Amino acid sequence: MKVVLQHLTKTFPSRNRKNPEDVTAVNDFDFEIPDGKLVGLLGPSGCGKSTTLFMICGLEKPTAGKIFFGEEDVTDLPVENRGVGVVFQNYALYPHMTVKQNIIFPLQNLKGAQKLTKVQMEQKALEAAKLVQIEELMERKPSELSGGQQQRVAIARAMVKMPKVLLLDEPLSNLDARLRLQTREEIRRIQRQTGITTVFVTHDQEEAMSISDIIVVMREGVVQQIGKPQEVYDNPINLFVARFLGTPPINLFEGQAQGNGLYIGDEMVLPLEGVADRELTVGIRPEGFILTPDGPLSCSLSGVEVMGRDISVVSTNPHGLVASVRSIIDAENRVDTSNPTVRFALKPRKVLLFDRQTGERVAFQTPQMNR
Amino acid sequence: MDKNKWKGWLYLLPAILFLGVFMVYPLIDVLIYSVEEGYNFASQTYFDIGFYNFSYVLHDPYFLQAVKNTFLMVVITVPISTGLALLISMGLSSIRPLRKLYQTVYFLPYVTNTLAVGLVFMILFKKTAYTDGMVNLLINWFGGESIDFIDGPYWAKMLVMCIYIIWVVMPFKILILTSALSSVNQSYYNAARVDGTGRGRIFLKITLPMISPTVFYLVITGFIGAFKQYSDAVALFGTDLNAAEMNTIVGYVYDMLYGDSGGYPSYASAAAIVLFVIVLTITCINLLISKKHIHY
Repeated sequence: MKVVLQHLTKTFPSRNRKNPEDVTAVNDFDFEIPDGKLVGLLGPSGCGKSTTLFMICGLEKPTAGKIFFGEEDVTDLPVENRGVGVVFQNYALYPHMTVKQNIIFPLQNLKGAQKLTKVQMEQKALEAAKLVQIEELMERKPSELSGGQQQRVAIARAMVKMPKVLLLDEPLSNLDARLRLQTREEIRRIQRQTGITTVFVTHDQEEAMSISDIIVVMREGVVQQIGKPQEVYDNPINLFVARFLGTPPINLFEGQAQGNGLYIGDEMVLPLEGVADRELTVGIRPEGFILTPDGPLSCSLSGVEVMGRDISVVSTNPHGLVASVRSIIDAENRVDTSNPTVRFALKPRKVLLFDRQTGERVAFQTPQMNR
Repeated sequence: MDKNKWKGWLYLLPAILFLGVFMVYPLIDVLIYSVEEGYNFASQTYFDIGFYNFSYVLHDPYFLQAVKNTFLMVVITVPISTGLALLISMGLSSIRPLRKLYQTVYFLPYVTNTLAVGLVFMILFKKTAYTDGMVNLLINWFGGESIDFIDGPYWAKMLVMCIYIIWVVMPFKILILTSALSSVNQSYYNAARVDGTGRGRIFLKITLPMISPTVFYLVITGFIGAFKQYSDAVALFGTDLNAAEMNTIVGYVYDMLYGDSGGYPSYASAAAIVLFVIVLTITCINLLISKKHIHY
């Protein structure tokens, strides 16, 4: 089932007396989620991603705009009639019920023609439990389960009615690092297996990048960019998106386009084509550095971290906009730590230029790219 | 190590002293009084040790009347006041405008003096030479006949008594239940709404189990409080409760000690022990039931 959001807007009345203007949580969200895809809503806290999720599920009513499930307009449809399954951030498992009772609970609400017999309910609950592999925990109470197991129960409860759309609000934020990795694979598997259109909310870019088919980056209620994770990472539309995606984060420098060259300080680091002379913010991904003695960019070395497969070289540059420049290079390189200066050449595809004032992306060509 | 031990005891000393003098010693003394037969207050002597005092008390028609009254009050007021308080606090937590005002209004009886409330009830219910009371005016208006609620038939007096107790104990329960309701995480309700759960089912299957520890706390303290009922009866029916057939067990104990026909600490102690046993039994039953129904 595809989900269409048309000019979706949500404003909340201000609770601040000094500043009585309405707060716009989501502003003109326009997007079509294709059928059967896993979509990650990504952004820092307060960017409106959870509000968007709650509008899709029906717990929040949009101030303006429309929501369609397939061809059906569900904007004014109450939450229980939308056929959505929701996994809440704290899982919201009823603590006084067993796992089985929790999973069966939504089925017991069915009325009229949809009503199921007890045996059918048990059957469906078992299927849902098998999907998330918790069938041996059915008689336990939520308090007797680990965080990861509770998460699975919550997913099973959301899936037991076979919803048209599955919505997950920060599904991994309550898990420890190892479980998070495992559970996100699990979510991916379940989504693939069932083919249910799924939207999930996260502030963790790694999480969103790793399992989403499509990511939506939001900031202060406004959608910044929508696309496949790798596309958005390689071609961020502005400085905000570039900074938000990637660990370690992108390195930023003050720079200028002058003549046919990109300058950081007095050093011409890349030949440029198609950019008028202007002030720029230069973003270089950590993997965009090549360690070479005659490289054009010089930095003063502050440390080397060996991480097995890679080496992380930490250095500083007087024109850097972040405290330290972090570059990741192949472990086969040897870094001469006795030399206080390291020199880098740059991979042009990993260099991103932004307008100094607006932060908008500035496109450029370089002769090296065509080689 | 040894020094620390002494320090610990030193810190505990004030509490132990107070509890010892004002709680433990009197308790033991009551137990002793209750088995001293024919105790003479003036000469501080007694004839024998045994259970005659208990036998006397348990055969005293006034005591039996008091037990009957107390049990009736408990059985009527505890469920009704808890249920009503639950309804009102559900209402309070579902409204937004004027919630603070309503909370204050519902809490007023708690900070109002028992005797002042008694006075209001007198205006409502008491028959005087000038008026039959507001409630009788209402009954007359609907075509009924006046009832003497304060000096009239037993059921009328018990009715007023129960209304009075419910009115006095409800504010505290509303306060506690409102805070219990607001501590239930909103996401449980959101989850239930997503699943299309009806209002009644949400209340029975989610709200009630979630606040069940609080409800049981209120029921247990409610039972204990109602068994110790005395001052409210005095506020309505005056100090001669035996004559009004509205005495309570605590009232009986008081009468035996200080009443017009009083001066019998042994009988009073025996009655107090009987009350203690009753309250203990009921509380144990309550705890057993609550263990079965509270799962987390």
